[in-house]
Amino acid sequence: MPVPFAADPPAEAISVTGWGRTAPSSARVLRPGTYEEAVRAVRECGGRGAIARGLGRAYGDAAQNAGGAVLDMTGLDRIHEIDAVNGLVVCDAGVSLHRLMQVLLPLGWFVPVSPGTRYVTVGGAIGADIHGKNHHTSGSFCRHVRAIELLTGDGETRLVTPEDEPDLFWATAGGMGLTGVVLAATVELLPVETSLMTVDTERATDLDDVMARLTADDHRYRYSVAWIDLLARGARTGRAVLTRGDHAPLDALPPRLRAEPLAFSPGARLPATPRFLPGGLLTRRSVGLFNEFWYRKAPREQRGRLRKLSSFFHPLDGLPDWNRIYGRGGFVQYQFVVGHGEEDALRRIVRRIGSRRCPSFLAVLKRFGDADPGWLSFPVPGWTLALDIPATLPGLAAFLDELDDEVAAAGGRVYLAKDARLRPDVLARMYPRLDAFRELRTRYDPRGAITSDLARRLGV
Amino acid sequence: MKDAFGAPQSLLILGGTSEIGLATARRLITRRTRTVFLAGRPCEQLEAAAESLRTIGALVTTVPFDALDPASHEVALGKVFTEGDVDMVLLAFGVLGDQARDEQDPLAAVHVTQVNYTGAVSAALVSAAALQAQGHGSLVVLSSVAAERPRRANFIYGSSKAGLDAFCQGLSDAMHGSGVHVMTVRPGFVHTRMTEGRPATPLASTPDEVAAAIELGLRRRSTTIWVPGTLRLVMAAVRHLPRPVFRRLPV
Repeated sequence: MPVPFAADPPAEAISVTGWGRTAPSSARVLRPGTYEEAVRAVRECGGRGAIARGLGRAYGDAAQNAGGAVLDMTGLDRIHEIDAVNGLVVCDAGVSLHRLMQVLLPLGWFVPVSPGTRYVTVGGAIGADIHGKNHHTSGSFCRHVRAIELLTGDGETRLVTPEDEPDLFWATAGGMGLTGVVLAATVELLPVETSLMTVDTERATDLDDVMARLTADDHRYRYSVAWIDLLARGARTGRAVLTRGDHAPLDALPPRLRAEPLAFSPGARLPATPRFLPGGLLTRRSVGLFNEFWYRKAPREQRGRLRKLSSFFHPLDGLPDWNRIYGRGGFVQYQFVVGHGEEDALRRIVRRIGSRRCPSFLAVLKRFGDADPGWLSFPVPGWTLALDIPATLPGLAAFLDELDDEVAAAGGRVYLAKDARLRPDVLARMYPRLDAFRELRTRYDPRGAITSDLARRLGV
Repeated sequence: MKDAFGAPQSLLILGGTSEIGLATARRLITRRTRTVFLAGRPCEQLEAAAESLRTIGALVTTVPFDALDPASHEVALGKVFTEGDVDMVLLAFGVLGDQARDEQDPLAAVHVTQVNYTGAVSAALVSAAALQAQGHGSLVVLSSVAAERPRRANFIYGSSKAGLDAFCQGLSDAMHGSGVHVMTVRPGFVHTRMTEGRPATPLASTPDEVAAAIELGLRRRSTTIWVPGTLRLVMAAVRHLPRPVFRRLPV
């Protein structure tokens, strides 16, 4: 586990993986407790460089740095300032969205973008330019960031804003931590009246149905997502459960809840998943049964149900270390987006995944809004699909390569925060601003102090 | 860097003319491998092997390397690692010897052990240290089913592989948690130039089958693999056969 920061004697190297638990590599994990310690760690990082790491929720190798230093940023966890009138928070990069919710909800504010887990840090949210169920209305996380305190590879600390240094700011947004170490950020918040959600749930019978429903009324909801059953075949291919909603206004609450409308109570977490589960628990049969149950459990149509924030946004956070259910072989998450007009590519891919019978029980379909300005930001207007697959599935590597080609041919891309296996030559086809990004990195980091396994693997 | 499926982007083969080594390289080149270093004694065969991999799209460099000269290993292999990360080292060199002759000629027997054991120990230690410094990588070592139980018919070769096999198991444990993955490969009889003209034992395989097993082992991060896999069960039984019975087995 991370050692307290101490440059001498040098920290011992330990093995590090991403959330998918594939491709371990070893690094010295340092845990700076002050900005000065972080600066020193970057200045003295040695030939194999350094990369920042938050809560380790990136699925692949984005926060690994073989043979070098990994800065565990969770030691930098102060909230410096909350402007409860204008809805702004200034906090360290290691502060988690969970902590922000605990502190901000009672004041009537919520994070502007929330991904599928609260256990990500602000620094990680900027590095991956995360998106949430509100992408079609609010864009991704960095659109709500007013300023970033960035420690670049040359050892300098800069206050970066979209107005003063747009290049560095928008390269950092979604730049997978490769422009430098985020030390702190100023984030704009969303005002809420209550800590509950009003949620509409409906079932869609097939892929065309779910796409039609998302296209028709997404604009009426702040948050929208569809869980999709990728094991269903034939006429039911792509059957889905849509859950869409918004923060509940005060007058939507029953009287007994109005006394404390802003209480944040995510509920108890289950005990941690056992450390050494065998692989092979998630088979076509077990996942098929789960999917069948999940689909039938959802109401055919339900309007205005009140639900807790945590059960709407972060259902898996109740099960700590859920990534262990895939056993020691680990898993990969594949998330791609294809633009509007490329619906046929999406249909083809969903059919291919279905006919290949990938045992995937956490597949999510979402319709993105406008593209984000980050140079390596993932979202573009269109359709994104994310699915988890056990890494030990035979033939998976070649199959995902084929999907990459299909996605790239349709002008789409895969999400780097999820990636652990993309081919380097495909990356440039998916991210046209890659060359500019590389050029900017050499400008701010001439000796290449900031690097990661992902950067080495993809030649970023 | 290796990807989530253990597929390396750069590969160093010690014993660059090894048929199993080249079959593995060809297989990995169809996945992620772009850079290949073929280490071996400079000869036409080595250049031809390099050329054959270039035609399928790899960037190949040959590296002068002599298993019988351990003192040179650090410099020869060190040079490769200065050119960039090596994601996988495949230790594929070895000689079979000629059992009947080697029993009469102790120096010839010693030659077998020097290539298969002492040379391999030196090369493996140099490679493991370099992989450890870069914080990641796989060291794949070709052992043999002969390492599991010595046979009358090839115990000189078998003993050299038994030593190497034991060494690799220990090295694998020593490297645990260091980001370096050590994998011991125990093939049965493999149809290659080295075994040409010899009677195949049951459960024989081809270099391509060994290559496929290595790719699978990388994906699973296995520490020991058998080729074919059924040999694991067969040898679990053979290991416990009483000596008089084993001696009479027609293999």
